[in-house]
Amino acid sequence: MSLTGIFLIVFLVVHCYVNAQIFYFDGGVRFLEAAHFMGTNLLIRTTEIGLFAFLILHMVQGLSLAFKNRSRRSQKYAVSAGSATSPWYSRSMALLGTLILLFLVLHLYKFWGPNRLNQLTTGEELNLYTAMKEEFQMAWVVAVYFLGCFSLAWHLVHGFYSAFQTLGFGNSRYKGMIKSVGIGFSIVVPIIFFMMPLAFFMHWL
Amino acid sequence: MPLNSKIPAGPIDAKWKTYKATCKLVNPANKRSLEVIVVGTGLAGASAAASLGEMGYKVKAFCFQDSPRRAHSIAAQGGINAAKNYQNDGDSTYRLFYDTIKGGDYRAREGNVHRLAEVSANIIDQCVAAGVPFAREYGGLLSNRSFGGTQVQRTFYAAGQTGQQLLIGAYQGLERQVALGTVTMYSRHEMLEVVIIDGKARGIIARNLVTGELERHFGHAVLLCTGGYGNVFYLSTNAMGSNVTAAWKAHKKGAFFGNPCFTQIHPTCIPVSGDHQSKLTLMSESLRNDGRIWVPKKQNDTRKPVDIAEEERDYYLERRYPAFGNLVPRDVASRAAKERCDAGYGVGSSKMAVYLDFGAAIERYGKIEANKQGKHNLSKDEIIVLGKAVVKEKYGNLFDMYEKITGENPYETPMRIYPAVHYTMGGLWVDYELMTTVPGLYALGEANFSDHGANRLGASALMQGLADGYFVIPYTLGNNLADDIRTKAIPTDHPAFVAAEKEVADRINKLMSIKGTESVESFHKRLGKIMWDKCGMGRNAEGLKQAIEEIKALRKEFWSNVRIPGDIDGFNPELDKAGRVADFIELGELMCIDALNRNESCGGHFREEYQTEDGEALRDDANYMFVSAWEYKGDSQYELHKEPLNYEVVHPSSRSYK
Amino acid sequence: MQHYNMNLNLKVWRQKNSKTSGAFETFKVSNISSEMSFLEMFDVLNEQLVAEGKEPVAFDHDCREGICGMCSMHINGRAHGPWSKNTTCQLHMREYKDGDTIVVEPWRADAFPVIKDLVVDRSSFDRIIQAGGYISVNTGNAQDANALPIEKQQADDAFAAAACIGCGACVAACPNASAMLFVSAKVSHLALLPQGDPERKTRAFNMVNQMDAEGFGSCTNIGACEAECPKGISLENIARLNREYVGSMLSGSAVEGLQQ
Repeated sequence: MSLTGIFLIVFLVVHCYVNAQIFYFDGGVRFLEAAHFMGTNLLIRTTEIGLFAFLILHMVQGLSLAFKNRSRRSQKYAVSAGSATSPWYSRSMALLGTLILLFLVLHLYKFWGPNRLNQLTTGEELNLYTAMKEEFQMAWVVAVYFLGCFSLAWHLVHGFYSAFQTLGFGNSRYKGMIKSVGIGFSIVVPIIFFMMPLAFFMHWL
Repeated sequence: MPLNSKIPAGPIDAKWKTYKATCKLVNPANKRSLEVIVVGTGLAGASAAASLGEMGYKVKAFCFQDSPRRAHSIAAQGGINAAKNYQNDGDSTYRLFYDTIKGGDYRAREGNVHRLAEVSANIIDQCVAAGVPFAREYGGLLSNRSFGGTQVQRTFYAAGQTGQQLLIGAYQGLERQVALGTVTMYSRHEMLEVVIIDGKARGIIARNLVTGELERHFGHAVLLCTGGYGNVFYLSTNAMGSNVTAAWKAHKKGAFFGNPCFTQIHPTCIPVSGDHQSKLTLMSESLRNDGRIWVPKKQNDTRKPVDIAEEERDYYLERRYPAFGNLVPRDVASRAAKERCDAGYGVGSSKMAVYLDFGAAIERYGKIEANKQGKHNLSKDEIIVLGKAVVKEKYGNLFDMYEKITGENPYETPMRIYPAVHYTMGGLWVDYELMTTVPGLYALGEANFSDHGANRLGASALMQGLADGYFVIPYTLGNNLADDIRTKAIPTDHPAFVAAEKEVADRINKLMSIKGTESVESFHKRLGKIMWDKCGMGRNAEGLKQAIEEIKALRKEFWSNVRIPGDIDGFNPELDKAGRVADFIELGELMCIDALNRNESCGGHFREEYQTEDGEALRDDANYMFVSAWEYKGDSQYELHKEPLNYEVVHPSSRSYK
Repeated sequence: MQHYNMNLNLKVWRQKNSKTSGAFETFKVSNISSEMSFLEMFDVLNEQLVAEGKEPVAFDHDCREGICGMCSMHINGRAHGPWSKNTTCQLHMREYKDGDTIVVEPWRADAFPVIKDLVVDRSSFDRIIQAGGYISVNTGNAQDANALPIEKQQADDAFAAAACIGCGACVAACPNASAMLFVSAKVSHLALLPQGDPERKTRAFNMVNQMDAEGFGSCTNIGACEAECPKGISLENIARLNREYVGSMLSGSAVEGLQQ
């Protein structure tokens, strides 16, 4: 879980950086350059296969872990502590992850899928900037993106720290730092992501 | 039968060495076919089972708790003594030996005690090697502290949890042997009978406490490591399950009971708060280093302690014992507290408590701290803040525990304390080899009577348990089993096993069939009250005679009116408790008989008729310098055998702390 | 401190044995003193049940001073009740007020099957220790205790980990019923001491494997164990266990451990 999780965190950084190019307010010029590079570079495209493999691995691992762990207590408590002993999101990783997955289906269907299909059939890339501009006029799409980013944020608050704890970095020297960086990351990255649909919707772009 | 303690001849410091060098050995192949039963898995039992397993014996270990790690050795707080002399303060094997003999008020065997002092150093080595995290100094070496009754620092400790750390160390060694297959562990099993074949202990009948089934287990030898019997008083610092049953069954099968009346009452425990009270909690002896003990000078004073002015307080230990003050030994401090409360000066809602006050210590430490920090113009309140911080660092965990239990903040108001039953020096009589009067049946640790005389020094119980288990029994058991190498395992359908099992089953059936009206708990409480009132801190002939009659009557009532709900064939804690209380009732009677017989005051045994003019214990060495070993002769019938104590090295003198 | 008496409603889990299924039973107890411990309140209930000719509620307890680790009640959703760093036996009734309803359940985990009522079988913890929670030193082999100095901080950390009382509250509190805090406390205790070093590479691996085999869940770093641990065992120990585990995998000793 932790290794795939950290890989996905790295992916988020790259994805966020590339997409944030739209905030140059240059009508998407830099963004399209970057998107072209990402969409055609052989190394990146190869890594993309790895990304999907890791993503699927992360989902399979996560869900099977959640099912396994749930089965370890066949007789549930009538009264449970709830948030008195642990934060809700740390107990809801599978749920948050599933929400993110549902969001991803829409996300891939809207952008990545059509673009790669076009590349395959015509050899040409789609203009993702205009595609975004179009898609993000629909309020429900923006709402789903909000939910996706919201879920991602909470998933990361626990996931970031947890990944490092599992790898053994949770000792007194690093624990505070890892937790703070994790929380910062979990706030900043999802906000940047959500700013994109919001900006198009509000016609800032 | 004359008692033979089998103390080896020769000078005191050569006895054990000679024994080890000359005792018989069992070769490794033969060890594999010799089976040993160990009952109880506290420090003595776990260390014995692990050591014997390592040596190659086939060991079966039993405990009534859900895991061997729960045994009550775990609750020991203060520490473990060892004559290491790491502090270069003049300690030696001889001094530890001498302090223990003197602390025991000259009622312990020299030979055993010297051996205990000799192996004490090995215990620390063994425990450190096994991973016991003792407290250390900044240089990385082991730390020591001082304890009552000694002039050196020889107590090794692990914060306030020394017993826990030592037990976990022994437990891990035991579990390692379980993993290796040399020890088979039977948890939630209670031993209910010894099986004797041709005059030798050859096995036990145990009850599986989960299923209720009776099981027969064969052993070439049986080791009882079952702890003390302080719960005969109902309220004590013992665990709820601590009991005398295994030792008592052995006693009834022929093992003599040594000095049953020698009970240690610890002076600093949290007092009883009501009828509901189920157990008492100790506050470490170390608190008396800084706390001052007092009661109001006025009888029945109901004012809050803070409202009682300094000149209206009676610091009675400092008044009576100016030389030792608050640091007199346990027995003396306990009796003094009882004397004040009986005279009507007690405090708290029950009036059966005295104050242990840290006010002066807080102020003193506050001033020292202020000086250290170079602050010379602090107000009293500021000094007290500094002082509280120092006291918190020294005793924080004990203060927290006190607050959890009582709901009172001991930094603001003095602690209320009262003496409580803590340890029993008496136990099964054993010889130098730790064998009882039944061949093949051994008793180790608190279950035997051998090393502490009439009073045990602080931090010596852990030492004795581990000495017996790690370093004594591996030699002495082999010396006896060497003669048993041709004895094949006896099948458990042998008539002796059948008869023993039937005896146990009959007794259980009888208990269950009484179907009376009074709960086991209620009988236990009533027994405890008789014992505490008449065979507790102060005893007299009149009271003891009454107690014997009362206990006999109680016993009759128990066997005709006890109510035990539930079934025989299942998990039934009420039934387990009923068997234990039935045995406590019988033991209680014997304790009173022993106390009545011993017409002197020594250590924890204080006969009110035998005291000096100023209320101190008066020993009678001319007539009572012996071990009382009682033989069971049938219901309420006991025959006294005396083992004279010969002091070849130490010369008994009277203890004075004034 | 003002003492008071109270009447309470208790909803207690009753189960005859591991083979039958259980259910809650409701009791009323009255005149409970605020000075009582939680278990003394149960003593009152049981005396009441005996008087009524009913079977008392079975529960584990022994030392009643917070060190043996035997008591184990899940009280209103909390392992050992609402006080922090506390065992059931040290919880006192001043926490409650007249008329309160208290729900008491056993530790619930498939690796801790119920024996009766509130009593569970925790022998799985013993088997985890058997898998490697020890130092292989036979009696009589030891060198002088001061021959090997140990840095004070290291010794103190080992002690803090060794303070675990094996009560199982970590498992009871963990939404995954994982025993990682228990395992990590032992692995840390022994890993921090030089005496534990020779077996370090196989210990973590074997103990974690045994934990899995016993049917405990896996750690997902939720942290409820640390919050409910009566001895304040830190999550840092789990991080250390993870390092030890990764270390044993990388060194190849894991394979050896498997073969053992």
